[in-house]
Order: sequence, then structure tokens, then C-alpha cells
Amino acid sequence: MNGKRKFYTFFMRGLMYVCSLTTAALLIFMLCYITVKGAPNVSWKFLTTKPSYLKGNIGILPDIMNTVYIVLATLLIVLPLGVGAAIYLTEYAKSKKTVAVIEYAAEALSGIPSIIYGLVGMLLFSANFGTCLLAGALTLVIMNLPTVMRTTQESLKTVPQSYREGAFGLGAGKWRVIRTVVMPGCIDGVITGCILSVGRILGESAALLFTAGFAHALNGILSGLTSSGATLTVALYVYAKEEGEFGVAFAIAFILMIMTLIINMSASLVGKYFAKRRRV
Amino acid sequence: MSYIVTTEKLNLWYGETHALKDINISIPKNSITALIGPSGCGKSTFLRTLNRMNDLIQNVSTQGKIIYNGQDIFDKNVDVNELRRNVGMVFQKPNPFPMSIYDNIAYGPRTHGITNRARLDELVEESLRGAAIWDEVKDRLKKNALGLSGGQQQRICIARALAVKPEVLLMDEPTSALDPISTSRIEELILNLKEKYTIIIVTHNMQQAVRISDNTAFFLLGELIEFGETEKVFSYPKDKRTEDYITGRFG
Repeated sequence: MNGKRKFYTFFMRGLMYVCSLTTAALLIFMLCYITVKGAPNVSWKFLTTKPSYLKGNIGILPDIMNTVYIVLATLLIVLPLGVGAAIYLTEYAKSKKTVAVIEYAAEALSGIPSIIYGLVGMLLFSANFGTCLLAGALTLVIMNLPTVMRTTQESLKTVPQSYREGAFGLGAGKWRVIRTVVMPGCIDGVITGCILSVGRILGESAALLFTAGFAHALNGILSGLTSSGATLTVALYVYAKEEGEFGVAFAIAFILMIMTLIINMSASLVGKYFAKRRRV
Repeated sequence: MSYIVTTEKLNLWYGETHALKDINISIPKNSITALIGPSGCGKSTFLRTLNRMNDLIQNVSTQGKIIYNGQDIFDKNVDVNELRRNVGMVFQKPNPFPMSIYDNIAYGPRTHGITNRARLDELVEESLRGAAIWDEVKDRLKKNALGLSGGQQQRICIARALAVKPEVLLMDEPTSALDPISTSRIEELILNLKEKYTIIIVTHNMQQAVRISDNTAFFLLGELIEFGETEKVFSYPKDKRTEDYITGRFG
């Protein structure tokens, strides 16, 4: 009996080791594979020029800039909207039922496959503004709105009621209470929402294929937003699928990987900074 | 004797629950009035009605009048923010904002439009002195107020309330979360504040009511059972229920 039990314990422990090892190995394999395949193709010229069929050059500067533009445009629209909605729901809304319905809808929205957002975005935005980065950004706004709203809302809920009461008790009006006492407490939530959104924008391709286009032209931010353009992820798809340039695709993948790493690291740094500041 | 706050047939409901029943009371100026009674008797509710803090809670309805400075505070023309500036509040649990000590005290004055730096400095010092905490914090005004002890935090909250120059201070069990030494300091402070302010304090501590208050009101199940000079209420209660409560037979 005892021997059987010992064997069972030993066997289960071994099984768990295998599981975690496999997970770690897969991750490390992915990272190494992308680095090995991608890193050698990254050069200064690759990062700082635009592609030209005449010169036979491949450069991803336009794609990098397009990505930056679309991230900026999306955040610029989604942050005020999402934070505003969250403030309305936690501070103003009277009916608990309405709040619950909106929260549920937001949750459901964030589970919809991104290609469906792309389809809607194409009919809604591209049909009106043309295939351009702005149409793509607006589509991403809808996609990320639930995330930003929910993370902000969760952090608004952690602001103690006693702060609000203290401020009201001194004769502060509703908006002053929100601006000076409630909002400072939710900055970390806004930042979390922001980072999650940026990560999602960087990784999004399906929704943008329909709406933002594939061009590799180098533009300023304003002309860029109103013309067709590929972000890094879309460019990766185009180079790999349509031009068969797998070296280029892996180089872009490598750069995206590094960008994601930097964003995640800065996210945890910013999070730690605010946690420290709040703790006194 | 002049009265600062007078209620006339004040009734309050939380949804269907009748929490205050026909309260008629006149609070004398520059005195300390203690509100006592068992938990759930309506004394905190009554206190929070005086500066309309109950407006923040849903499903609260009131009837009757509260006359403050000759005007019914439920009147449409009354500016609630202005009312709360004049009728300040200190809460049960110390609730300084997560900001520097200076910004905590300056919050009220800034809310009411004072931006002049010298004037703010002056108000902050005056208020902190008024709350007997200036000497303890004068060297660390820029430090976060949450780093102070509970007793110090409560005095910061009192100073914060004083900074907007109220006439009345409502205190909702201000010492119930504090140790005995902090409690006695705050009691001493309250006694000193009486000269300039009218203080209405909810307390669960009978000795505290006897020690600091001039008048005592005894609430039970939403009704005001007895109101009079503290000494008389505690020595010769008129109502049997008051006697039972203060002698510890229930509550």
C-alpha cells in the first residue's frame, strides 16, 4: 500500500514537472526561433528607409511610423471615451441595472473575434473615410473601449468612499471631488488599460486588413492618418504571405517582440511607481 | 440663549424604513451637544442630515424643516456646497486624502477659491494650530498625511474642517477608532473649539458625553426621547427609557 502511494506521489510530481517544462520550452523555443530567424535581417538601413521596387530596397520605416500613428490616434480617442464612460458608470449612474447591463455588454464585446470588428469597421468607417489609418484607428477604438472602460472602472471602485465623503463634507462640488480625489486614485487603472490597448493594437492584423490598407508610403502624421497604410503586423502578413519574404517577416516579428517586451516592462515599472507613491 | 440650528418635525426615510420620526430640537450656539443612543437609533443619520450628507445616499427622503441661519436648508435656493462649508464634518474613521498634510488642509480653502499662496500658508498654520497638531507636523507639511498615526490623522481631519471657517462642526464618533491617549487629546481639543464653534457630536461613550458636552440628546428607534443639559439628563433623566439606557440596562 505504502509503496503504491509513494509511486503515485512520485508519478504525479513528475507529470507536473513535464507540464511546466513543456510550457517553458515552447516559449523559449519561440523566442529563440524568432530571434535566430529575424535578428540577422535587422539592420540600420532596414529600420530607417522606405521600400523601393526601383532600388530593390526593403525598409520598414513607413510601417513603424504607421504603427506609431495608429497607436497615438487610437489612444487619443479611446482614453477620454473609456475613462469618461467609467466615471459616468461609477460616479453618476443612478440605476444599478443599467450599470450591470453596460458592464455585461462591455465584457461580451471584448470577447468578439477581431475580424468581426474589422468587417464592421470597413462598412462603418472605410466606407466613409476611405481605406486609411484613421478608419483603422476608429475600429481599434471600438475594440479597445471595453478594456479601457473596465480597467478604469475597477480602479475607480478601489477609491475609498470616505475620500469622497471627506471632500463633499468640505463643500466641494461633484466635479471637483471627481477631479481631485477620485481621478488621482484611478491613474494606475488608466495606465493598465492603456498598456493592454497598446499591446492589442500592436498585435492586431485582422481588423486592420479590412480598414487601414497595405501601403508602405512614408507620411507625416496628418497625411498618414488619411491615407492607406500598413502597420508592422499587417506588413508582416503581406511580406510573408504575398511576397514570400520570410526573412523580412521574421525581422518584423523580432522587432514587434522587442516592442512588446519594452511595453510590458515599462508597464510594470509605471505600476510600481504609482503603487509606491500611493503607499506614502 | 441663542440657537444655531433648529429642526421642525424632521422625518427621514431610507426607502420604506422610517429612520427619523418628528425630530424637534434646538441646538444652542457655542456649545457642545452630544447625541447618544444605541446603534441604529438614528443619531448618525440625524447628524448627516444637518449638512445634507444624506443627499449622497440613494432612496433617502426627508420631510420637515431644518432652520439654519434663519433659512430652511432643504430650500431650493440653498447652495449645498456653501451649507457644507458652514457646517463642517469630521468622520468616524480618520479620512485624510492621500496627499501632503499641507494639501489636505488647503483642500477646502482652494475649493472655495482661495489661491493666494501667502493666504493659504496662513490658513494652514492657523487651522493646524487650532487642531493642536501644528507642533507635531510643522516640519513635514509636504509629507503624505497617510504616514501619520490614527490620532494625528483625526486631528488633521479636524484642522481640514476648520480651514474653511465653519460655524458648526458635526462629529460622528470621532474617537471611536482611536486609542485612549489620542481620545483624551481630541476631547480636550473639542472643549477648546467650543469658544469659536458649535459642536454636535455623536458618541457611544457615555463618559465622553458627560466629560465634554453641555447638552445631551437621547435617541431611540428614530425618536428623540430626551434633550436637556447633560448633567440633568444623566443625573435625573425624565424618561424611563433614558434612565435604562444610561444605566446600561440595554444598548
